[in-house]
Amino acid sequence: MSTEQETQLTATRYRRYVYVWLSLIVLTSLTVSVARLHLTHYAILIAILIATTKAGIVVTFFMHLKNEPLILKLMLFVALLAFTLIALLTFSDVWYR
Amino acid sequence: MIARENSQDSGSFYEESGRYRGLLSWLFTTDHKRIGILYLISVLSFFAAGVVLGLLMRLNLIDPGRFISERTYNSLFTVHGVIQIFLFIIPAIPTTLGNFFLPLLIGARDVAFPRINLLSWWLFILGGLIVVLSVFTGGGAPDTGWTFYAPYSIRTTSNVSLALFGVFILGFSSILTGLNFVTTIHRLRAPGMKWFRMPLFVWSLYATAWTQILATPILAIAVLLLVLERMFGIGFFDPTKGGDPILFEHLFWIYSHPAVYIMILPAMGVVTEIFPVFARKTVFGYKAIAFSSLAIAFFGYLVWGHHMFTSGMSDTSRIIFSLITFLVAVPSGVKVFNWIATLYKGSIEVYSPLLFSLTFIFLFSIGGLTGLINGTLSLNLYIHGTYFIVAHFHYTMFGGAGFGFFAGLHYWFPKMFGRMYNERAAKTACFIMFIGFNLLYFSMFVLGLQGMPRRYFQYLPQFRTNHIISTIGSWIFVAGLLIMFGNLIWSLRKGKKAPNNPWGGKTLEWQTSSPPPRENFEEIPVITHGPYKFD
Amino acid sequence: MEKTETVHAVHARDIEGAKMGMWVFLFTEMLLFGGLFLLYSVYRSKYTADFHRSAAELDIVLGTMNTVILLTSSLTMVLSISALRKGHRGLSSLFQGMTILLAIIFLVNKYFEWSAHIHQGIYPDSPVLLAMKRGDIIFFSLYFVMTGIHGLHVLIGAGVIAGTLVFTTQGKLGPDNFVMLENTGLYWHFVDIIWIYLFPLFYLIV
Repeated sequence: MSTEQETQLTATRYRRYVYVWLSLIVLTSLTVSVARLHLTHYAILIAILIATTKAGIVVTFFMHLKNEPLILKLMLFVALLAFTLIALLTFSDVWYR
Repeated sequence: MIARENSQDSGSFYEESGRYRGLLSWLFTTDHKRIGILYLISVLSFFAAGVVLGLLMRLNLIDPGRFISERTYNSLFTVHGVIQIFLFIIPAIPTTLGNFFLPLLIGARDVAFPRINLLSWWLFILGGLIVVLSVFTGGGAPDTGWTFYAPYSIRTTSNVSLALFGVFILGFSSILTGLNFVTTIHRLRAPGMKWFRMPLFVWSLYATAWTQILATPILAIAVLLLVLERMFGIGFFDPTKGGDPILFEHLFWIYSHPAVYIMILPAMGVVTEIFPVFARKTVFGYKAIAFSSLAIAFFGYLVWGHHMFTSGMSDTSRIIFSLITFLVAVPSGVKVFNWIATLYKGSIEVYSPLLFSLTFIFLFSIGGLTGLINGTLSLNLYIHGTYFIVAHFHYTMFGGAGFGFFAGLHYWFPKMFGRMYNERAAKTACFIMFIGFNLLYFSMFVLGLQGMPRRYFQYLPQFRTNHIISTIGSWIFVAGLLIMFGNLIWSLRKGKKAPNNPWGGKTLEWQTSSPPPRENFEEIPVITHGPYKFD
Repeated sequence: MEKTETVHAVHARDIEGAKMGMWVFLFTEMLLFGGLFLLYSVYRSKYTADFHRSAAELDIVLGTMNTVILLTSSLTMVLSISALRKGHRGLSSLFQGMTILLAIIFLVNKYFEWSAHIHQGIYPDSPVLLAMKRGDIIFFSLYFVMTGIHGLHVLIGAGVIAGTLVFTTQGKLGPDNFVMLENTGLYWHFVDIIWIYLFPLFYLIV
């Protein structure tokens, strides 16, 4: 997409950004409410899931990744993959000692 | 026409063209070629300091305690490691040859972010100065080993925090270089230079840059936390506060293993450029070499635990790390095979760049094969922490990356400085260095298998002979180094003027003048074929 | 002279390259915080009960407020970019100013939170903390270090936005020169994302 086209699109997005923000607020209240349920075992998993959804929304819409070229999305994937693998290998030590 | 005193032709990048004059025109330059030269001077200065420290260590080891105290010895090996690793071998090829030649090789006028490039160099100097300062201030030079393991690094009164702060800054210098190179390679290739028409040195710099980006931040957090530990007692790595010292080792090696690939990948890229030129033959297996660079970077990211086999990690993880360590040797082997196949049935002329590259293959192969021995879990338990390891990493880091750097210096010297060096002196130096290197380090393999521990100030009598051989090797090696650098430095002024393309290379840097003009090319070329067309 | 200008023009025009550079820089920040999150998760799995108990000491109201504040600041930030690209410098400046204000409120809240704990004698290496169980010591140390480094990033971000605000009012940034603000926005959203994770991990798992 050319820079001019992008300018047009991002420029008309005020309302859409507010909707995105609203969804983030909703997810925040969701995560706080779920925490009140004290689910112990699943608490952290659900919290991380909701947090990741929020992060994904910020990346996709606020950080404009949705409209960026594929290469940036690939790079983000590589960086996330790197971190995931590091974490998994570290846990292969910590969990099995 | 005013005859210029120095060798540089009118129109080369050495001529002043900007706002600043004299020294300032260098210190505030945004020209990647000048920045490469600045780095070259800095990196080689630190290398010299590191070599001196190494010589002092070897001096102690022919007669422990006669010249050097125990405390001093601990600091010697610590500072030797910090300087040679963070201030020489990690930055060397990317910041000197990489900075100078990346834009030229892809047909660009500069890197993507020239001012950030300058910032990288300033941070390098700042970090280096802080490390040097840590040697002479506070509680004395750090004595923890360059690995700064907790809890000793928390408790020691030596100047660990300042040294770590220096390392932190150096990390940012490295990150910014990586960031610059990735963006440059993606955005600034000449028209027609598709990914698979790039020179293979560029591929190696690309893989290296990603490693710099993805691994260095972990080092940054590891050393930052260690400094916070020393200053505020936070306890992450302190068992008395619930912390785990092995977690420091994890964070440290998550960077420091990929770091060795930051060292070796560019060196492999350099020799990959040299072989086709001196065999007058295109590279065998271009894609295999390109992909193996990426594979080495990827797998190299996942093997760090092999530095920690005896630390107390779980058996599960040790087996996994050992397995992946074996896997990472495969792409390296692929490269060696391709280099040999490139030479096979080529029209070979043994100039010094080729001689250094052949030496590289020999020394790196020894290092690489002994790496497989180290990676074998059962054997590692026996040789971890011995001189076997010391020999292994000197063969790979110094015999490999170091000699790759020397090969690149000789190959590209005419382009960078517009002069030829004395070929016979270069070959003599290489030969002497080869002899000295093997005496210096092969003896260490023997010592290690016999049980001599590393970082020990003194030793049992049975190890004496090999230590003497090693120290004599160090003197012979340094003699070769002096001849090599003496030759290059002398040639800066007195060497014959170099033509644009003394070696008959086919990559883009040889199509511009020696040295290149400020803007690299009169006109940006349009690329229509791959980089090693030799028929 | 003309050639030099061409070089600079080429550099100024490469918006995609500038954004790529910023994204790559954010990856390094991601790995930096990633190391901290990795430590956090290792210690959480080791000291699960202690972490649950200590997390209850944190003020969930303040934490939620701060989350909403940062999310809103992300909104104002992205709106400021849209405004700038439409040529509305005044509106963009307003949104940038609001972002800075929200950042300051966040930091003030943090100050109150930290003061409360320090007042109770809970800070790294304090006698009160060292008398607690090992998992509690690690929890609070992680709390101070992670929210501290995050807070530092909020402060730096606010400073950078102050810079872009000045450039916007001076007319140096505009619809045909907006990359600096876009990149600043990327940094700011990243800082927001870190908090999106910090919030549940420290405040909600009780």
